[in-house]
Amino acid sequence: MDSDSVFGNVVRAPEDPILGVTVAYNKDTSPNKLNLGVGAYRTEEGKPLVLNVVRRAEQMLVNDLSRVKEYLPIVGLAEFNKLSAKLILGAESPAIQEKRVTTVQCLSGTGSLRVGGEFLSRHYHQLTIFIPSPTWGNHPKVFTLAGLSVKTYRYYDPATRGLDFHGLLEDLGAATEGSIVLLHACAHNPTGVDPTPDQWEQIRQLIRSKALLPFFDSAYQGFASGSLDADAQSVRMFVADGGECLIAQSYAKNMGLYGERVGALSIVCKTADVASRVESQLKLVIRPMYSNPPIHGASIVATILKDRDMYNEWTIELKAMADRIITMRQQLFDALSARGTPGDWSHIIKQIGMFTFTGLNSKQVAFMTKDYHIYMTSDGRISMAGLSSKTVPHLADAIHAAVARFG
Amino acid sequence: MAFTTAMACRLIGRKSVIGARSMSSWWRNVEPAPKDPILGVTEAFLADPSPDKVNVGVGAYRDDNGKPVVLECVREAERRIAGKLNMEYLPMGGSVKMVEETLKLAYGENSEFIKDKRIAAVQSLSGTGACRLFADFQKRFSPDSQIYIPVPTWANHHNIWRDAQVPQRTYHYYHPESRGLNFAALMDDIKNAPNGSFILLHACAHNPTGVDPSEEEWREISHLFKVKNHFAFFDMAYQGFASGDPERDAKSIRIFLEDGHHIGIAQSYAKNMGLYGQRVGCLSVLCENEKQAVAVKSQLQQLARPMYSNPPVHGALIVSTILGDPDLKKLWLKEVKVMADRIISMRASLRENLEKLGSPLSWKHITKQIGMFCYSGMTPEQVDRLTKEYHIYMTRNGRISMAGITTGNVGYLANAIHEVTKSA
Repeated sequence: MDSDSVFGNVVRAPEDPILGVTVAYNKDTSPNKLNLGVGAYRTEEGKPLVLNVVRRAEQMLVNDLSRVKEYLPIVGLAEFNKLSAKLILGAESPAIQEKRVTTVQCLSGTGSLRVGGEFLSRHYHQLTIFIPSPTWGNHPKVFTLAGLSVKTYRYYDPATRGLDFHGLLEDLGAATEGSIVLLHACAHNPTGVDPTPDQWEQIRQLIRSKALLPFFDSAYQGFASGSLDADAQSVRMFVADGGECLIAQSYAKNMGLYGERVGALSIVCKTADVASRVESQLKLVIRPMYSNPPIHGASIVATILKDRDMYNEWTIELKAMADRIITMRQQLFDALSARGTPGDWSHIIKQIGMFTFTGLNSKQVAFMTKDYHIYMTSDGRISMAGLSSKTVPHLADAIHAAVARFG
Repeated sequence: MAFTTAMACRLIGRKSVIGARSMSSWWRNVEPAPKDPILGVTEAFLADPSPDKVNVGVGAYRDDNGKPVVLECVREAERRIAGKLNMEYLPMGGSVKMVEETLKLAYGENSEFIKDKRIAAVQSLSGTGACRLFADFQKRFSPDSQIYIPVPTWANHHNIWRDAQVPQRTYHYYHPESRGLNFAALMDDIKNAPNGSFILLHACAHNPTGVDPSEEEWREISHLFKVKNHFAFFDMAYQGFASGDPERDAKSIRIFLEDGHHIGIAQSYAKNMGLYGQRVGCLSVLCENEKQAVAVKSQLQQLARPMYSNPPVHGALIVSTILGDPDLKKLWLKEVKVMADRIISMRASLRENLEKLGSPLSWKHITKQIGMFCYSGMTPEQVDRLTKEYHIYMTRNGRISMAGITTGNVGYLANAIHEVTKSA
């Protein structure tokens, strides 16, 4: 006898728009297919990359027979947490020296955002978070499920394909005092449009004057400019004024640890005592979610960050990845110029990081997928990391044709 | 911007806003949270300088030297994996291969449900993550339901369903007088629960009591579930660890499957593969047909995405490497049996020692109970004495992690227990 299922009413959920692109790509049998969907780095040969320094770290871990697989503490690997805080805040950060920062290991950027969001929904007094428009597709879901109410602030200006700075200031200026503000630390996803240092300073002043709470998503430190310190400037600027903030860090891209799910949530507090109490409450969020975080990826990161030679080797490999992306930007821009594709494509080289917000609309994107087997998200975002010198011409042809067809 | 800084200052009463230096903390009112009762024990243990200290708190396996163990099959799997091709994101539902092998363990190697693709299954963050995903799913798709949880249970079960905002009720389970199962009261509670209730069951090696229903009792429970049309959710964290035989340890689940129940299962490799910190597990939900399984799986993924996007790859690779290789799988089964057998022998040894000391109490339950834990029956006060006077660390509910006992410390432990209980 098979009783009726209590879940008989469950309907099939739509594919995740970003991860669904790869699913569709995998099904395509065309030899010319190009995956510019998910933001995972690819080499010139179109292959995923495991950094040499990561391979070395892994070997060290495997060969160390004294290593065991015990549970980490709820807050994760202590060494990893300390090193992560130093990485984003700077080794000499007063906030760290004053023990005002609590850092907990989480499941990559997603997990850090979710744990931070849950903490805020339980302990913070203003449960609205402002996220930029547009933003990473998963942001609204993460914060909604965490128990926050999500609003947006203007960010991207389609007319200039740059920052809508005036709109940003207006919208944040109108926010209820104390509201949470999500900021992309660098290499904004999906647009690649970042504020200038001057603009960051103005944003900081506005946020502090309205007592808004900054929550940084730092998924591309080192990937944007090639310099870890340069890419952390926005965060450090805020921390330097003595105020509080949250920071979600991911090692998915900059250390190529994607599937290992390595990240950290830092909460910079006013005092060490507060930081300690906050940490204890973070544990209560984490324990009923997954008890304690996975050990493997964090061990790799700690191994690399604490060894001077390995750290240096990492910075070199990281810069190489960032440089290759910058090269692809230039090549794509040149290819479109050479074809005389109508429109101003300078945003391709002005935008920064893994993604370019091409400005193509969903009709054009669908056309490019159907006729040229180009896979990208329907908002016109392309992952530059998925391009190579060999494939740039194909993409340029596709864009050219799409613009000609659908203007 | 119409609002000047000066106006802002006056309104929110702060001296200087741009520098933010004199602003007080947002978190002034954050209370320090209580320590996790289980994990807090290990913290206290580590801080103790006494050479005699014994940790029988957290349920992590130790060998006879009191050392953590990495299984040989795991080391070999890791050697094969290191230098693997890449660390790309797994799909949201995790490693397909790992999930396939994991379902075979729970549902049976030749399960018709696997063949018919009726099981919605995703890789999860060990057992905790599987329970949490299910709780979130239950909240979303059976929003009016509650979860019935046995008394006692793993403390974190309460936290999980609470954070998922699913209301909880309890059902009788442990019988303190006999230190066994309160079967009559359990059946009563199951009967009195409204039809179609969601009920959490420990598939084997109940945590913290070590008290499991007999096969006959399981059949009766299953029958009653049928009558009441209840949903059975199994937490199986110790498959292989209870009897030493994974097939035997899955008996309760197989009984329910035979009886036609559409169950849910949380599986963990933390203990039986010693993969604790890798956080590897699986959540599965048996559905009416393939179409429904696809729908349910897609919705489970929708819950995983805003929590961690996709699960960690390393542990999953270890599992699929081992279970996918007949020789490695054989080795694993052997190693699991060694662990289970050691625990069984420690049970016998502890009981023997206590009886030899002339304890006035009955310690039969030590060998009757099964799995990693023994519910000693000691009071919190007696446990506190064990810790203060003898540096023995365990949770205050009197739960002893048998895996922490060795031939080297069993005498010391028995003596200490005898001392604090002899006048009870």
